[in-house]
Amino acid sequence: MEHRTTLAKSDLHDVLREMLLIRRFEEKVEERFRAGELPGFLHVAIGQEASAVGVCRALEDGDVIASTHRAHGHTLAKGTHPNELMAELYGKQEGCSHGYGGSMHLFDVERGNMGANAVVGGGLPLVTGAALAFQMRGEPRVAVAFFGDGATNIGTFHEALNLAQLWTVPAVFVLEDNKWAESTPESQHSPIRDLSLRAKAFGMKGLKADGQDVEAVYKAARQALDHARSGKGPVFLHLDCVRFRGHYIGDPQVYRDKDEARRLAETRDPITRLREKLQLGDDEFADLDTEVTEIVEASVEFAKAGTDPAPEDALKNIYA
Amino acid sequence: MPELTYREAVRDALSTAMRQDEDVFIMGEDIAEMGGSMGVTAGMLDEFGKERVRNTPISEMALAGAAIGAAMQGMRPVAEIMYEDFLTLAAEQVVNQAAKLRYMSGGQLTVPVTFRTQGGAGWSPGAQHAQQLEAWFVHIPGLKVVFASTPEDVRGLLWSAIYDDNPVVFFEHRTLYPIKGDVPQEIEPIPIGRARVHREGEDVTVIATGRLLHESLKAAEQAEGDGISVEVVDPRTLQPLDEETLVSSVKKTNRAVVAHEAVTRMGFGAEVAAVLQYQAFDWLDAPIERVGAKFAPLPFAPVMEQFVVPHAEEVLAAIKRTVGKA
Repeated sequence: MEHRTTLAKSDLHDVLREMLLIRRFEEKVEERFRAGELPGFLHVAIGQEASAVGVCRALEDGDVIASTHRAHGHTLAKGTHPNELMAELYGKQEGCSHGYGGSMHLFDVERGNMGANAVVGGGLPLVTGAALAFQMRGEPRVAVAFFGDGATNIGTFHEALNLAQLWTVPAVFVLEDNKWAESTPESQHSPIRDLSLRAKAFGMKGLKADGQDVEAVYKAARQALDHARSGKGPVFLHLDCVRFRGHYIGDPQVYRDKDEARRLAETRDPITRLREKLQLGDDEFADLDTEVTEIVEASVEFAKAGTDPAPEDALKNIYA
Repeated sequence: MPELTYREAVRDALSTAMRQDEDVFIMGEDIAEMGGSMGVTAGMLDEFGKERVRNTPISEMALAGAAIGAAMQGMRPVAEIMYEDFLTLAAEQVVNQAAKLRYMSGGQLTVPVTFRTQGGAGWSPGAQHAQQLEAWFVHIPGLKVVFASTPEDVRGLLWSAIYDDNPVVFFEHRTLYPIKGDVPQEIEPIPIGRARVHREGEDVTVIATGRLLHESLKAAEQAEGDGISVEVVDPRTLQPLDEETLVSSVKKTNRAVVAHEAVTRMGFGAEVAAVLQYQAFDWLDAPIERVGAKFAPLPFAPVMEQFVVPHAEEVLAAIKRTVGKA
């Protein structure tokens, strides 16, 4: 792929398709969970598709990501097939973690996904370490961590970013700042309103972008990745994001103003934004929608037809 | 056969691995210029440079986690956690991440990281610098746990830990660093999961780890004077556990004492006792004795510290109880 600093016009249609696929995938996950088909508990990132797609599009082959409990979008954007992801959510052997992980532990090592993490901030030191390995071996690769604003208050965040900057490892720390740590608003969990300031404490290069604008995300991610890859050290990429839904599927969101949530979903939808920019007509959009919906439906069929692990498979994969 | 101290044996395993393998490196607090708070890595900075002998900030979560992340990308890092007590700070990364990454990924990942740490009483550091916390980590599926007691064992086992594709928590005992012992000319890897019979005997088996191995050997000498023949076995690796060697020894002697410096209650010895009573129930002629620290944090005043942790006398008393000579 040629090196670009911004998304080409010709790519935008594909970008829209990818974001819409993630949206429809997660809406289907909500539906199937409510129907009682999916075990565990799940977190969707509906509204945050631009962050996943914009960042992952900017990666080079060999770059790796670590994700969070809200991982479906990152996983699809990093290249895992919807069938493998859906099969994992159904707990099937065909799943991307072979039924051992589930929604909060999605892995696809071959495609550079080091794993989603159910411990807030848990993946940040791992990304510093992966980047350290790339640096020590002289490989032109970058390790990227996704995390939310809630994670900026946990010790791993401060320790891992401090160490990354100290050793100038090729890492990019992508803060998806959706202003909520589960049910706790940013005003109750952080003494500062502008979380991009956190980077200054480590002397780390900071970049900001509108996380609802996929082109802006891509551009900033490119800059961040170039900086990290060139050996200048890690970058803190602050994305201003909106979580349209609750913390988990079924969250009644008693803590949140419903009108505000609705207004944000109406005014800051990354899919609507790109669709308007592309001036896509209703028919064209409906065609695109049909196309991705079919992929999502097929993933459910694939997952349901998948193989249940044997109970005693629980005793495999504990040790290498 | 060359003679090395336990400290030199650890250093020899690290240095030899680093000489032959670019993927191996060490990281930890004060390990570079200072050579580690126990002097284990002294001189290694000069030989290997600061890229491979990495001083870290006082950040146990990040240093453990960065070692795990590097291991996920194919390196073989050895992270030094200065005191076992500080493993509690790194526990999230060790327990939730290192131990489970392979499992959660359905076998896609290997995490060949080693966490070296040390602890142990006998020098009055008080409650936060000498705990024995191995029981915390043997309880976690996905971790291997080693506790070596002699120069030969610590060298051969550390080598195996570095080259194991699983996360290994590697316990050293502070008071053992100066002890000397013969080691093979070349490093001979000691398989993880194999116990060592230090002394053969007929009447009672003492299963002991770390400093208590040495205390138990002393106790065995004294017991011999009383006409009691004691077999002393060091499991060396606590997870996986060489149940076969322990059980077959007890089937021979019909009596068992389990000894460690850690707090007795809920300790590693409780698990060993459970394994023995289940697998050797019909062979046992006496209740299994457990020797360990009293249920107290480690106190500062030497007389109190001496009282809390076990020594050869407590092992000897337990031996005598098993043969009805108490």
